[in-house]
Amino acid sequence: MKVTVKYFAVCHEMLDRSEEEMQLPEGATVQTILKRLEEEWPEIAEFYEVMQMSVNWEYATEDTELTEGDEVALIPPVTGGKDV
Amino acid sequence: MFKITAEVITGAEVREAVEAPDAGAVVLFFGTVRNNTDGRPTKYLEYEAYPPMAEKKMAEIAEEIADKWGIHRVAMIHRVGRLEIGEVSVAVAVASPHRKDGFEACQYAMNRLKQIVPIWKREVWADGEAEWVKPDAVFFEDLPERT
Repeated sequence: MKVTVKYFAVCHEMLDRSEEEMQLPEGATVQTILKRLEEEWPEIAEFYEVMQMSVNWEYATEDTELTEGDEVALIPPVTGGKDV
Repeated sequence: MFKITAEVITGAEVREAVEAPDAGAVVLFFGTVRNNTDGRPTKYLEYEAYPPMAEKKMAEIAEEIADKWGIHRVAMIHRVGRLEIGEVSVAVAVASPHRKDGFEACQYAMNRLKQIVPIWKREVWADGEAEWVKPDAVFFEDLPERT
């Protein structure tokens, strides 16, 4: 199956692309994508702890199963500003 | 109205979106670009968003406010792109029968916006360096229930 993966902010910068299409095996989960990215860029794993993922504009977990055409995004911590 | 925009925010757009004859108060909040962070001079900010998800999450915050306060008139708009010092990055408007609920709901909207709405801020310092703003403590916290 094919899904779209989007990268924002620090992820966009470090991976040097804002989105891509990924061909995944049937039964793939969000975790499948994270592992694939880790192979390309091992340091990304450090960010996984503070990062969230979304599937079709809804927060998801690593175990969320994917289906053809899903839009997945890596969501680094959203913007702060301590006291705006 | 729940919107990500590249245009200048005036406040009129959110205020007009919440106008209602039964409102006795309209609380309007602007977030503006500060000229420093912890004393370090800022040159300008860049905001990036995931627009469809951001707008969906803003609408969810409005539903939470409807559940908690019975307020149904909330509008939020956030700007993206390069913003200069003093410009408005975000505006929230809440119309309510009485001001107390309106102030509380507006504060709640901003806190939740920072927790769940996918928008990122890149700080470009006056000395030329730049960085994505680091995680804020509030990101990891659940807000206490309204007492």
